[in-house]
Amino acid sequence: MSNFDHEFHLDDFKFARSAGEKIIDKNYSATSYAKDVWNNFKKNKGALIGIIIIIIIVFMAIIGPNMNDFTYKQIHSGQECLVPRIPGLEKLGIADGYHNGVNQYAEKGASDVYYWFGSDTQGRDIWTRVWSGTRVSLIIALAAVLIDIVIGMVYGLVSGYFGGMVDSVMQRFAEILNGIPTLVIVTLLGMVLPAGITSIIFALMLTGWIGMERIARAQVLKIKEQEFVLASRTLGAKKGRIIFSEILPNILGQVIVTSMFSIPNAIFLEAYLSFLGLGVPAPMASLGSLVSDGYKSMTTFPHILIIPVVVMAVLMLCFNLFADGLRDAFDPKMLNK
Amino acid sequence: MRKYILKRVLISLATLFVILLVLFILMDLMPGTPFNDEKLTEAQKTLLFAKYGLDKPISTRFFLYAKNMLKGDLGVSYAINKNFAVSDMVKDRLGISIGVGALAMLIGTVLGLLLGILAALNHNTWIDNLCSAISVIGVSIPSYVFALLLCYFIAYRLHWLPILFNTKQPFISLILPAIALSVSPTANIARFTRSEMIDVLNSDYILLVQSKGVKNWKMIISHVLRNTLIPVITVMGPILVNLLTGSSVIEKIFGIPGIGRLMITAIQENDYNVTIACAFVYSVMYIVTMLFVDILYGIIDPRIRIAKEDK
Repeated sequence: MSNFDHEFHLDDFKFARSAGEKIIDKNYSATSYAKDVWNNFKKNKGALIGIIIIIIIVFMAIIGPNMNDFTYKQIHSGQECLVPRIPGLEKLGIADGYHNGVNQYAEKGASDVYYWFGSDTQGRDIWTRVWSGTRVSLIIALAAVLIDIVIGMVYGLVSGYFGGMVDSVMQRFAEILNGIPTLVIVTLLGMVLPAGITSIIFALMLTGWIGMERIARAQVLKIKEQEFVLASRTLGAKKGRIIFSEILPNILGQVIVTSMFSIPNAIFLEAYLSFLGLGVPAPMASLGSLVSDGYKSMTTFPHILIIPVVVMAVLMLCFNLFADGLRDAFDPKMLNK
Repeated sequence: MRKYILKRVLISLATLFVILLVLFILMDLMPGTPFNDEKLTEAQKTLLFAKYGLDKPISTRFFLYAKNMLKGDLGVSYAINKNFAVSDMVKDRLGISIGVGALAMLIGTVLGLLLGILAALNHNTWIDNLCSAISVIGVSIPSYVFALLLCYFIAYRLHWLPILFNTKQPFISLILPAIALSVSPTANIARFTRSEMIDVLNSDYILLVQSKGVKNWKMIISHVLRNTLIPVITVMGPILVNLLTGSSVIEKIFGIPGIGRLMITAIQENDYNVTIACAFVYSVMYIVTMLFVDILYGIIDPRIRIAKEDK
């Protein structure tokens, strides 16, 4: 005590915080895997924009075709090839129905009609056709994901887990299926089945899942030798249980990412087939068939081509951004890249 | 290594045989006959079937076909080019299709590698963002849209290159289609190269090379690039195969007499031999590419070579 020359008074001290404030320790709870993924995903602006636009497009595909009085196959003779005209915007000089300085709507005696995206060469409303076409593309995308998971994932899990003879046979089988070009399968199926969504989905069922199968199998091969699988087996778990409740949760991230990447491929496939005349039958519309219709009048009425192309490109871009973001979110190693 | 190659070749051959069988059965299940459009009586049809051997059971026809195929005889066309040898029809068109595909692959590989390497070396700068944006757009827009744009601006507006295929100037006519086709390989290869190269650049052995004082460009060429290219080669196989599917659309837009268009016509006209031949050519190209990539992969990467020899 002798070292202190200073005498302490009560006013030498004051509360660090205002009196009466409660001090609570900050608590960092462990975040779950799913939350971790979501937190990583949120940081990726491109992916967030992607998912928002996808939601908007899905919404438009559901309600878009019913937003005006036209139907996708209703033909209005005398109102062909009209350029877009939107109420409100027309006063600003955008989408006012003028083509080469002439008001087409007045000329064709349809001054009170509004085709928001214009009309095609047969006088059908492009707005309605684009959104019902988007619907077709999205149905195919959904089918591709389901096929990937139901067939591809299960096939890969089984093939990878059992190994040996089962694996060899299953892999040869997949290799043979993969060796037949998709184009050949779809064209041949188009002959047997009614052309359209059914035959495209059937073709996806035959070959669309092979990429997923390979990834699922490779992941299983990595995981099945690990200790926790051995522990489960020692405790007498059945094979189905080991595959689906021990191994599957560990590869789920990869599986989801792969299935997301298969969406753009499936939409592309439909677009290519429609372009070759093997897609959905007329008068049904898909994004691919709209593009291939539009290209015939590309030089005179470019809007017939541009609108479906833009919708398709935006949709594909968003799915790619979303899948990229998801992949990075599942794999934290990729984040600082 | 030799044993491994032999095994892979044998498996590929067996796969091709099964594919041929599957194609044959599928064609048999198809409704209609090659002689749909002609006004024929039942008796005439029976005669025609007998003439071409179509009345025999499918197993007999299959083995006869397979036997002839080994001699290079793919049968005759029934509908498109009556009694014309299919092998001749396919031969002419195959060259053109492969030409477009190879040119597109060449452009795609060179551009894709350049974009990818540029992005990786300037990681997290505006150059990287620009390259990534280009490659995302490249995989998001179907090649035929690019083809239409090129057609419209370069051929229709500027008249720099012909719109339609001209047999007299095959090379010049193939430039636009090849550029249109090369967009998606460029984008895919660029994306893959970028992420692989960033991985390699961050690895410990590159740090070692750097600390030993190796010159920057020398390090990139002989240490970074070599390790980057190994995985890139594996994705080139599937990309090349995708080019084949994409090319039939490009062939339609530019009016190129290639194998994709022949196959579509053949299927629509029920021309059995032509369809099988085209589909089989596609399968052969696919399987040979995959085989080639597998073997190349083993040669380039000693780790894989050794692992496979052990098996």
